[in-house]
Amino acid sequence: MSEPTVVVVGTGPAGVRAAEALVEAGLRPILIDEGLRDGGQIYRRQPEGFKRDYAVLYGSEASKAHGLHQTFEALRQHVDYRSETLAWNITQGHLHTVQSSQARSDEIAFDALIICSGATDRLMPVQGWNLAGCFSLGASQIALKAQACSIGSRVVFLGSGPLLYLVASQYVKAGAKVVAVLDTAPLIPPLASLRGLLSRPLLLWRGLQMMVQLKRAGVALLKGVKPLRIEGRPDQGVSGIVVTDAGGRERQFSADALGMGWHLRAESQLADLAACEFSFEPLSRQWLPRMDPDGRSSQAGVYLAGDGARILGADGAEAAGRLAALAAMNDLQLPAGRVQYQLERDRLRQQLAQMDQFRQGLARAFPWPHQQAESLPDAAVVCRCEAITAGELRRCVNELGSRELNHVKAFSRVGMGRCQGRYCGHAAAEVIAAVAHIPVETVGRLRGQAPVKPMLMNACEVSSGAQS
Amino acid sequence: MIGAGQVQRSDVLIIGGGLMGATTAFFLRHQHKLSVTLLERGQIGRQASGVNFGNVRRQGRELAQIPLANRARAVWGRVRGLLGEDIEFRPYGHLRVCYTETQAAILEQHVRDVEPLGLELQMFSPQALRQRWGIFSSEVVAGSLSPLDGHANPRLAGPAFGRAARRAGAAIHEHTEVSHVERDGADFLAHSVDGRRFRAGQLLVTSGAWSGHFAAAFGEPVPLDARGPQMGVTEPLPYAIGPSIGVSTPVEVEGLYFRQIARGNIVFGGGLKGSAFADLQRAYVRPDNVLRQMRELRRFVPAFAQVQLLRVWSGIEGYTADWAPVMGPSARVAGLHYAFGFNGEGFAISPGVGEVMAELLATGQTSTPIEAFSIGRFAR
Repeated sequence: MSEPTVVVVGTGPAGVRAAEALVEAGLRPILIDEGLRDGGQIYRRQPEGFKRDYAVLYGSEASKAHGLHQTFEALRQHVDYRSETLAWNITQGHLHTVQSSQARSDEIAFDALIICSGATDRLMPVQGWNLAGCFSLGASQIALKAQACSIGSRVVFLGSGPLLYLVASQYVKAGAKVVAVLDTAPLIPPLASLRGLLSRPLLLWRGLQMMVQLKRAGVALLKGVKPLRIEGRPDQGVSGIVVTDAGGRERQFSADALGMGWHLRAESQLADLAACEFSFEPLSRQWLPRMDPDGRSSQAGVYLAGDGARILGADGAEAAGRLAALAAMNDLQLPAGRVQYQLERDRLRQQLAQMDQFRQGLARAFPWPHQQAESLPDAAVVCRCEAITAGELRRCVNELGSRELNHVKAFSRVGMGRCQGRYCGHAAAEVIAAVAHIPVETVGRLRGQAPVKPMLMNACEVSSGAQS
Repeated sequence: MIGAGQVQRSDVLIIGGGLMGATTAFFLRHQHKLSVTLLERGQIGRQASGVNFGNVRRQGRELAQIPLANRARAVWGRVRGLLGEDIEFRPYGHLRVCYTETQAAILEQHVRDVEPLGLELQMFSPQALRQRWGIFSSEVVAGSLSPLDGHANPRLAGPAFGRAARRAGAAIHEHTEVSHVERDGADFLAHSVDGRRFRAGQLLVTSGAWSGHFAAAFGEPVPLDARGPQMGVTEPLPYAIGPSIGVSTPVEVEGLYFRQIARGNIVFGGGLKGSAFADLQRAYVRPDNVLRQMRELRRFVPAFAQVQLLRVWSGIEGYTADWAPVMGPSARVAGLHYAFGFNGEGFAISPGVGEVMAELLATGQTSTPIEAFSIGRFAR
């Protein structure tokens, strides 16, 4: 029997650890990377010629970043690495990719596919968030990591979750002026969150430390805020933000840039195109691909790992990537993989279960502020790509009788723009659910449609019809 | 049986809430005041009615369809007033271009053929095409413009006709799947899968690719194929292209078409069809078709190479063996009518189909010739 073709999509912590396990077992996997270089989002590499060292770039996570990059370097000659390559579609047993810089397309027949597609920011619109100068937390971090730039000269961060404090403290450390960190989470976390948070005490400690450092640096730290509006002018961009604080007082902060985000959302479009089943996760109020503890999706041969399937963070992604690769080799009946799977399975599952405890704690302590969707003014833009307002979504419900997200999409164009609903889909569902007085899960989710991301129309047809 | 005691009766029962059913229901109320009940398995205006290209095109049709297309175009012209809302009909013209002199001669012949039928077209030289639109490659050798045609938004059209029909008094039942229809005296009695019954004196089958089993049940089988159009949309670009534009060619893979919407995005389709599964209600876009469409679009308009594709989609269309629609009264059963099998070019004529079918159901005749589309042709 010839060696099976295993494809890994993504080279962040999950993808690299999956590839490592495959190579250890003697396989030569194909690695598809949308980026220029490995590392993914969290361990993003700086461009060639930039000289910041690991401690400056990755702070407390420097040794993990270094470790992952070293692993990738060592794997480099044992894998078929394809950078700047977009996995744009999946059909039965085939992954379809394009490399726009080469006007090239490929169709890869796989025996197993491990999707490690990562996550993007989860966003709740605020009136005025379509002004120039509003960024997601992830984009704020990319500006800093990749280009050593701040998004503005006076920056406010708004949202909730660990990334909010992490990005703010990275900005402070880099010498940027951070005016305020505005957290929508309740002042006092619910008791139910504590058990989860205490499951990873070191992380919890690090988070508390970050808050102290931010305070020391003179950053206004507010919890329990309700965002009212982002101020500014279309020709000049953001000039400030108005919120109510936990005491119900209106507070204004002047700023020329705003970074915002509420945790992360899984980039699950490839899983969707692969026809994987999804289920609703009530705690974080989002649809996620269904999978078993080892990363097997509902589709045979398709495995999911990392934040693209469950938001467990980078450490969780490393464990999940390795476990999914071992499970895939076990299922392919590769002897070396089978042995390793038996050896490591329980330990990795246990690690992931612990991290999931922590995830649940975070989700409770820093909840997705779905109530904001209800109070969002009609004039507020929900879909930035297509400039669709909350009022237009409500009109689709009240006047056109829509109750389902794809139906509202057909009428209003919500989610039809460049991001294909990545950044507005969750919020749009909440707006619809609130005005229709129905549970958000009955509103459904935007159906995935190829291409997974915008794709330059220069690609030539598949030349050979096979993989390399 | 659930609800067996309550049977609603109306003058006309319509099975299928695509564009043909919705427009017919609307005109039955609006122009003829007949009572009408429409049964739709899913939601109004889905599948072929909602996912198609949105062409309002008369040129390039079989000559037998031109009078119907003209009648439809007249309705398009007043559609905003009829519906009380904008379904984005833009009469900025329809342009057909070609790659060969042989095809140019066919376009010229068509210009002469349709003129006596009331459709005026203008031929364009390659120089004139480039001067006016400036986008075509040097392979394009001629074009024919239908200045009064254009395009509209298929996502909006079906539901808008459905709502207008409902406002005018039609009973529209969505999520109502019909299992079978039987004769009951002079009436038709339709049974839904959840046990409801609907009675009417006349029946219209407008179930698109799913019409075949109703026709067969009345002894009129029609060879009907389900196919999936391969549609796509680009990122928005500065608005510059008024007409809807297509390649006229006998080579299926070359037959691309596109239009730009006010938002700036370019919607395109054409070439090979994808696989469609009527029983599963699923149709797919084949990745190789998308790459082939990109190649053909670049050949047609080279600037497509610098544009990003945002999304592709498909839906289910019904195709007949002879590429002509099935439209008109049954050849066997009094009171039974059909309108289906529009072969991927039903959108443009849909308001005409609705007006004609309503006229036919209400008066027993129509001023628009539709004999060529009779279901009886398959029995011969």
